[in-house]
Amino acid sequence: MIKLTVNGESHSLDVDPDMPLLWALRDVLGLTGTKYGCGIARCGACYVHMDGHTLPSCVTPVSAAEGKAITTIEGVDSDTAQAVRTAWAELNVVQCGYCQSGQIMSAIDLLNGNADPDDAAINKAMQGNLCRCNTYARIRQAIRQAAASLRAQGGEA
Amino acid sequence: MNAPFKLTRRQFLIRSLSTGAGLTLALYLPGCGREPEADTGTAGPGQAGARIAPEVEFEPNAFVRILPDDRVEVVIKHLEMGQGTFTGLATLVAEELDADWSQIVPVPAPADPERYNNLLWGKLQGTGGSTAIANAYTQMRQAGATARHMLVQAAAAEWGVPAAQIQVSKGVLSHADSGRKARFGELAAAAAEQPVPEEVLLKEPEEFTLIGTFLPRLDNAAKLDGSAVYTQDIQLPDMRVAVVAHPPRFGAKVRGFDASAAKQVRGVIEVIEIPTGVAVLADNTWSAIKGREALEVEWDESAAFRMSSEEILADYRDRAKGPAAVARSEGDTAGALERASTRLTAAMHMPYLAHAAMEPLNCVMQLTEDGCEIWNGEQFQTVDQQNVARVLGLEPGQVKINMLYAGGSFGRRANPHSDYLVETAHIVKSAQGNAPVKLVWTREDDMLGGYYRPFYYHELEAGLDGEGMPVAWRHRIVGQSIMTGTVMEGGMVKDGVDATSVEGAANLPYAIPNLEVDLVTTELPVTVQWWRSVGSTHTAFAVETFIDRLARAAGRDPVDYRRGLLRGHPRHLGVLELAAEKAGWGRPLPEGRARGVAVHESFNSYVAEVAEVSIGDNGRINVERVVIAVDCGVAVNPDIIRAQMEGGMAYGLSAALMSEITLEDGQVVQSNFDGYEVLGIDRMPEVEVHIVPSTEPPTGVGEPATPVIAPAVANALSVLTGEDFDRLPLRLAV
Repeated sequence: MIKLTVNGESHSLDVDPDMPLLWALRDVLGLTGTKYGCGIARCGACYVHMDGHTLPSCVTPVSAAEGKAITTIEGVDSDTAQAVRTAWAELNVVQCGYCQSGQIMSAIDLLNGNADPDDAAINKAMQGNLCRCNTYARIRQAIRQAAASLRAQGGEA
Repeated sequence: MNAPFKLTRRQFLIRSLSTGAGLTLALYLPGCGREPEADTGTAGPGQAGARIAPEVEFEPNAFVRILPDDRVEVVIKHLEMGQGTFTGLATLVAEELDADWSQIVPVPAPADPERYNNLLWGKLQGTGGSTAIANAYTQMRQAGATARHMLVQAAAAEWGVPAAQIQVSKGVLSHADSGRKARFGELAAAAAEQPVPEEVLLKEPEEFTLIGTFLPRLDNAAKLDGSAVYTQDIQLPDMRVAVVAHPPRFGAKVRGFDASAAKQVRGVIEVIEIPTGVAVLADNTWSAIKGREALEVEWDESAAFRMSSEEILADYRDRAKGPAAVARSEGDTAGALERASTRLTAAMHMPYLAHAAMEPLNCVMQLTEDGCEIWNGEQFQTVDQQNVARVLGLEPGQVKINMLYAGGSFGRRANPHSDYLVETAHIVKSAQGNAPVKLVWTREDDMLGGYYRPFYYHELEAGLDGEGMPVAWRHRIVGQSIMTGTVMEGGMVKDGVDATSVEGAANLPYAIPNLEVDLVTTELPVTVQWWRSVGSTHTAFAVETFIDRLARAAGRDPVDYRRGLLRGHPRHLGVLELAAEKAGWGRPLPEGRARGVAVHESFNSYVAEVAEVSIGDNGRINVERVVIAVDCGVAVNPDIIRAQMEGGMAYGLSAALMSEITLEDGQVVQSNFDGYEVLGIDRMPEVEVHIVPSTEPPTGVGEPATPVIAPAVANALSVLTGEDFDRLPLRLAV
């Protein structure tokens, strides 16, 4: 049995230890917001947070996630997450939407560590997340907007 | 006075239940012959299968339903694959209904060619060719106006006031003198009792309150919290996940297989041979993938295709010397070339391309008591119904399709042979029992699976007069036909010319008196398909880089040179001028940077792009900034148009800079994003989009930005390097 903590809840999974975390989340736990795109950690659609940082779940064996806090798009919830979602919605970033769970997880991780990323920092942090609709220009803009709104909130506090 | 609408409104006639050609509103009376029903209870875009469906109160036609709780459901007949059609079509209904945007709920239409056909395609339901808004513009507005009319009539009767005195705004009907007010939901039951009008009046553009404004996309929320449902996300009780071992080369077949090791893999349920390979069925995706890895298949490659991309190119060069079918011929091209002061020639080639949508192909199918049910990012309903029905021995009407969100498509999900749906049907047919099956193609299956944008070879020749202006133009295209062998062949292939092979070339807008465009159609076992912007993906590059070469040979500015050749093409000229102006054409740039321009019409929309390009220290092509001008008629959703221009351009930029499918010994070399490179955020240029104001009928925006960027970038590179560029993806001389 594999013991997983996902979005704050504990689960015991009767799966092979080498099953990628992606398929455990999707097929076993029914958390389908995390997407399959390539299976080789080259597209970012499968990104989740492990202890707060992005991780390609498609190449991470479920056994490697034992004892860690896993957060998926369904569970990610913080001021940063809220700011990111708001900016994404205000700028109509999404198109097909399939990559956007991964994009949002990466953007949250970036903003948690950098309150004011410039375009170079954004490009570097988001490089692993492919989007075939090519929403990249709006993603850059949305991250800057989310960062600004978070800084403004921080200023108020 | 009892006119239902303001007299300034243009009168528009609807023939109820008309079967005539053209724009017909598929009206039907509530309660009478409503099968098949638009889905309200199953998993659909944005609903995650959990929506409660209250009783529909008022359903005046096939596209609008008003619920007692005030929601307005708009039935959407086209696939939402990112292009914004759920928002766009809903905008048209909401506009004429005078609904509040927050009460609009898009609902996917069922498969039904009678009610939900693409009006530009006859009795065929499907999404493609950038036609969603173009074909449904009047249809959806009429649907909204009909519902509004009936609500107004109901209010007039209930309140005892003249209908003409009733105002409708943001989902509320009101009567100023009496102070009466009602929300749509409150009047829905009474509206349903009103007769469906024979005619309704549509708004004049100056009366629009939603069309032309910024509206939040209706699919935002579900796509930001992971709840949006794609085919990949469907889980049904007892469902099997199927992964298929496909042949390693086009034309190869299964000779035999040993499934014993595969069946040892935990979770694997059965292994079956189907016409396209060997399917491993398991109770989860990972087990199916592991099962396929353990499977041993012996392939019969006696008839397999074994050519390489280099060999295909050499073969096409030879064929270019042979006979060709004429697509357009004007004047005396051979004679004019003889007499020209200067002659220029070019030979170019473009590779096979995979669509590579983020969601690899997949399909869920289940046999039912009365046929079969499909869950799919469904793009080609009528064709898929026919092809699946043929495999399963059903009538097309017995194939029920739930249209889900698609994680991109770029054309791929509308396969004329329904390849991945037919594969699923064969699995369902051969598998034990009646369990639902989810076919999952891995990224490798998707990329190796064919149905590519075809490989093309182009030869061009032009003659210039003493002033440097073209007097003759000859253009020969060599490549596979997309339409031959499909249901579109009859309409699209005439006298040996597939219109999609030469579109963008045969309709060259430049005024050249002697002109010949012809086509050599090849046949190869590598399967091909339309790819975002279809023929223009290659013709725009050939035409727009060659015209720049002519301008350079003439010593003329490329914008000015085109300007002189676009007389009689005001919309081409309009976007060219706008893009040039906004890009600061002619103004100095920093050292090492250059601009290139291209202009092209596709799907009745006109796009010009100016690219600012530099070359990095590492020899990398950096596209720094792109200015886009588009003329697509009435701009229904300007922000979605901008998004399609940004994304469509960048989709073409991937193909311009990096993507290619190549063959070695018949095998596709690129199997995933490590080999098939696509644009990442670090290569995304700054983009600026300018929309030409227009009152012309709206035309497509999903595709027309895509083909324009490669020639714009190549033309800028030619300025920087002095070289000509004759292949895609672009490569700098080393």
